[in-house]
This record gives sequence, C-alpha cells and structure tokens, in this order.
Amino acid sequence: MGQAPEQEHPKNAFGWAAKDTSGVLSPFHFSRRATGEKDVTFKVTHCGICHSDLHMIKNEWGNTIYPIVPGHEIVGVVTEVGSKVSKFKVGDKVGVGCMVGSCRSCDSCAIDLENYCPKVIMTYANKYHDGTITYGGYSDIMVADEHFVVRIPEGTPLDATAPLLCAGITVYSPLRFYGLDKPGMHVGVVGLGGLGHVAVKFAKAMGVKVTVISTSPSKKSEAIERLGADSFLVSRDQDEMQAAMGTMDGIIDTVSAVHPLMPLIGLLKSQGKLVLVGAPEKPLELPAFSLLMGRKIVGGSMIGGMKETQEMIDFAAKHNIRADIEVIPADYVNTALERLAKADVRYRFVIDVANTMKSTP
Amino acid sequence: MAKSPETEHPQKAIGWAARDNTGTFSPFHFSRRETGADDVTIKILFCGICHSDLHCARNEWGVTNYPIVPGHEIVGTVTKVGNNVSKFKEGDKVGVGVLVASCQKCESCQQGLENYCPNMILTYNSIDRDGTKTYGGYSDLIVVDQHYVLRFPDNMPLDAGAPLLCAGITVYSPMKYYGMTEPGKHLGVAGLGGLGHVAVKIGKAFGLKVTVISTSPKKESEAISKLGADAFLVSSDPAKVKAAMGTMDYIIDTVSAVHSLAPLLGLLKVNGKLVTVGLPEKPLEVPIFALVGARRLVGGSNVGGMKETQEMLDFCAKHNIAADIELVRMDQINTAMERLAKSDVKYRFVIDVGNSKLQ
Repeated sequence: MGQAPEQEHPKNAFGWAAKDTSGVLSPFHFSRRATGEKDVTFKVTHCGICHSDLHMIKNEWGNTIYPIVPGHEIVGVVTEVGSKVSKFKVGDKVGVGCMVGSCRSCDSCAIDLENYCPKVIMTYANKYHDGTITYGGYSDIMVADEHFVVRIPEGTPLDATAPLLCAGITVYSPLRFYGLDKPGMHVGVVGLGGLGHVAVKFAKAMGVKVTVISTSPSKKSEAIERLGADSFLVSRDQDEMQAAMGTMDGIIDTVSAVHPLMPLIGLLKSQGKLVLVGAPEKPLELPAFSLLMGRKIVGGSMIGGMKETQEMIDFAAKHNIRADIEVIPADYVNTALERLAKADVRYRFVIDVANTMKSTP
Repeated sequence: MAKSPETEHPQKAIGWAARDNTGTFSPFHFSRRETGADDVTIKILFCGICHSDLHCARNEWGVTNYPIVPGHEIVGTVTKVGNNVSKFKEGDKVGVGVLVASCQKCESCQQGLENYCPNMILTYNSIDRDGTKTYGGYSDLIVVDQHYVLRFPDNMPLDAGAPLLCAGITVYSPMKYYGMTEPGKHLGVAGLGGLGHVAVKIGKAFGLKVTVISTSPKKESEAISKLGADAFLVSSDPAKVKAAMGTMDYIIDTVSAVHSLAPLLGLLKVNGKLVTVGLPEKPLEVPIFALVGARRLVGGSNVGGMKETQEMLDFCAKHNIAADIELVRMDQINTAMERLAKSDVKYRFVIDVGNSKLQ
C-alpha cells in the first residue's frame, strides 16, 4: 500500500470521498487503472445515492476502508474498450452496479449468481484483483471488466435508470426467484423509499396487485395515484392490519431498521413468502408458530447476478419503468445524505456527475 | 354444556386425562359419538406419545382446555363403519393422526391441505362441530370421519408405525414441499428425538446424504450405526461447526426448545433452506444478514394433508421405515412423560393401549 491514490494507476480521476467516520464527503483526486483487454472505460454521467452509501461512509457496518468514494448506481458513455471486449463499443450507454469482480469459478458464479460468490468484489471499498481498493461512482470516470457492465438501451433516460442498478435489481431478483411475479397475485411492499417505490412499479408491470405497507399515512396518495399501488396499509393501524390478514401471496420488505416480523407474517396467505432485502444490524425475532401454521417462508435476497441485472434493465426499458429521482449537483451531496438519513427524498437522489463533478484546477 | 363428558355421547369410552397444568394423568370416563354415516369406529391398539402431548398436558402453549386426553398417533382396528363408508370395513387396520375434521370448502382443503384449513379440528383439545370437545388416542376407542382415517399398510408393524402419524408426516411433508428429495444432496437434521430420527430414515430413503446436528455427543454412534446417518455434528463445538459452514443444501430443524437459528443458517449453502417443524413457545432469533447474504430461507411446516399422510405411510412401508420405540402401558404414562421431558427415550414412547388396564 505504498502508493497514494493519485499515483497507483495511470489515469487521472476525480471524485468525492469520505475520509473518516463523520461521513462528510469532499473533493478527492485519485486514479483509475489502464483499460485492460477485457475492460470498459466510461465517462460517468450520473450516479444514484443508495442508502448503503450512507451506512458505508459512516462505517456503520464496520468494514469501511477510508478514503471511500461511494456510488454503485453508475451510468455513463463508453470512451474506450479493451482489445478482447466484444459486448460494448465507444459511445454505448452503459451502467455498473454493486459488483465489479468475482471469482468466476465457484458454484454461484457458474450459475450467474456472482452476487453470492464468497469472493465477490464490491464496486467500492473492496480489494480488487490487483490489490488496490475499489472506488465507486461518485466520480468522473469508471473502468470495469465488461462482464460486470450492463447496456442501457437506447431511449431510456440515463439519470432515472441509474438507481435501477442497485435498487431495481434488489427488488426485481426476489420477485422472480420467489415466484411473486404471476399475474393476479397479491404482493405487499414494506417501506416506500428507494427500493420500495421501484418494487411497486416492477410488480405492477408483472401484473401483480400491490399493497404498500408503511408507517407514514402521508405517503398514501402518492403511492396510489402516482406509483400505481392498488392499496395502502398503515402498519401502525391495528384494525387495518387485522382486516388484511391472510391476504397476500408475498411481501417484499425493504425496511432496514429493526422491526417486528410477526405482523407481516400474519398478512401472508397460507404458503406465503416474506422476503427481506433490507438488512437490519440486529437479529430479528421469528415466531416459529406463525411460520408453521400456514407453511410460510421468510427468505432473504441480495442484489442479483449480472445476467439478471441486464434482464431487469431490459424489462424496465420495455415497460417504461424508471426511478423517481431528485437530480443534484455534486456539491449538494452532503446535504443530500443528511436528507436521506431522514428519508426526505422522493425517492432517490442522483448526482449529475457529468455537469457538476469537476475538479477545480 | 350441561352434560358431562360421560353422558354427552352414546358410546362409553375410557381414557387417561390430565386435569390441570401439573400434567399428571389418571383414568377418565367419557363418551364417543354414535357412528355416523361417514364415520369409522376404531378400537385403539396403540398410541404414540408426541412431545406436543406433553406441551398440551402442561398447558405450555396456554391453550389447553382441561381435562385433556391427548394422543394423535393412533393405530387400531375398525369395529364399525357408517352407511356411506366405502374405504374401510370391519377388521381393517387403520390410523388416525393430528386432524379429525376440516371445512372441506376452503382453498387449503380443496388442495388436499386440510392441515392448513383455518377451521381444522384437531384430534384432541379442539371443539368439534357438534360443540363438544375432542379427545385423543390415550383411550380405548375413537370415532372419526372416514376422510381423516388412514389405511395402515399390511407390512407395517402397528406399534412402530404409530409415531409416523405425526412425527413421520411432520418431516415427510416439508421434505417433499421444499424439494429436499434430490439424491446426492446434503440434508442436516437438527435434533435427534422422535421427529429427528424419522427424518434421518426418510432422508436416507430419498437418497440424501444426512448429517445429524445435535448438542449431545453421546448420540453419535447410534445415529451412524443404527439410524444410518452419514455424519454427526456436535453443534456446541465451534471448530466443527465452522468446518461445516456452507455445506448443506437443507436443514430440518426439529428442536422444540428456544434456540438461535444463526449457527444453523451458517451451515447452509447459497439458496439453502431451513425448515422449522418444532414449536418453541418463544420466538427464534434470526440474524437477517444470514438470509440476505446468501438467499437462504426459513420456512415452517405443520404435519400434512390427508392424501399426503397416506402417501407417507405407503412410502415408509415400501422402504421398511418405522419409528424406534419403547412400549409402555397406560398406567406408566406419568413416568414416560417425565422421561420425555428429559429427552430420555430412544426415540418415541408408544402406549400399548390394547394390552393396558385402563381403569
């Protein structure tokens, strides 16, 4: 680790990084590797702000390596491709999500589940194959192995598609895997934030009836009129919850705070499935009785593999699904993160990197 | 409720009941309904003692309506059938498990999943459709609707087959439903008691590699030499548990005591499934990252439907699977319950009702 971030690679790069657990981001000069034979280099146009970025900059999960350049909902335009790259060419619109590498040989990688590879390399704050630390998309350029790059179809807006690279795949994958995508099914979505609002849109496009389950009654009219949810359940309202018991085939739970699972399990029909995609940092309580009486399941899911991520992007393009975003300039990023911590955003911040993230000479 | 248990029905019956939450059993005179058009009357020969009987006798779940006659692993001979009964005749060897009625109209019943009917009636401690209480198999006779009676396969021993009616179906059903039947895959069985030992035998019959996961090292040699398990993991040994992480495709968790699911979840591969069939009275702790980080799931399962229970009995008969039992007489039941509470049985007590003096 002798070399400074600015010197360890040949290409100059500029981004915003947090340097300590205060999580305050500031301009940061670093460098990117030369475009290897399988690499794709692209100019970043936008990057979504994921709640995970917030956890990581403050080292809430205990594994942060500083300085950290977050961002794993990255989109842009290809500027260079390596000699063995077959899927992309200069000028293509592309994206990179949460992963930039994996072992490519384990049981998970072999079935296109790179996200479950024990040696998966995350887009930021992880050690890459060459021993250097990965830096994410709050920066002006990205270099990534083509296997971990997805194509953004023509006609889809880059800014509103960026959040799909994490939020989108995180909810799309379990809707498919747990079979909650059949027309006529009834699926609940807990939490109406970055993940939740996209889950509503995907589920509706799959022909599923959607109920949003939330602690905030104020989100109701938007959920129904703007996002297209069929109904809205206030989870603190005992009567509403009681009336909805045993009505849902599945629930996608996007809430990352500690919360009781029993009321949610009660909403499920017999053989229903509760899928957790948020990961609270304390264990949750699982009442075994509620699972047995009705043969119900609680499962987890974490992003998705690369093949599935491309499939999700293509599905979103076909059904005109994009995230609802608030585009911000780079120097607003600290304020955006403070607002995100208070859930004050509808429903994802996206940094306008191309126009506002420039290193001052 | 003016009538007493003895007079509410026309057929005299005698059993042993617990009358309060000490769970102490003593003789109990009661009665059974007349054999209706769809009913089968059964002289009880054997009844398995399930741990649920103990939980209920001591009101550990808070739902017991005393006096309670437990017993839902019942085997006997048919003595009378109603006019509409075509599946059974006098002299047939039959079984009755955990349910004696359900609504027959809801989605679950229509799919052969009477065990998930919201209005199902349990063999004991439930209220039957005529408003009277149901009494179970710690008794001399029982009257059951033919739909809820199982045909006992010819080559299955009556005494050792009785526990299959609850323990057997409790593990067989989730093994089928959750797809734990691919030969060569690796099944973990947590807990080696009534349920666990049957899960090992059924798992081996499905062609699975089976590892018993237990806190008791002394169960190891029997697990392997007698029950046929391939391996034994002492779950209180951190080094052994670490070495086994990420090696199992599925786990059946039969443990009814409160325990953390964290160590068990870690044993599962990506996409692994943990199915819990034990009924601890407090919630279990689940560290969510163990689910999210490897797309694992925790599912529940509760006995099985009638069609599936018959299928399980026939499967076990074909593979010569029966429970390992210790026969006791009805008057020894209190001692048996105390020993069961300490897990001191290999691996199911069965009451020899036919040869017991009930008064």
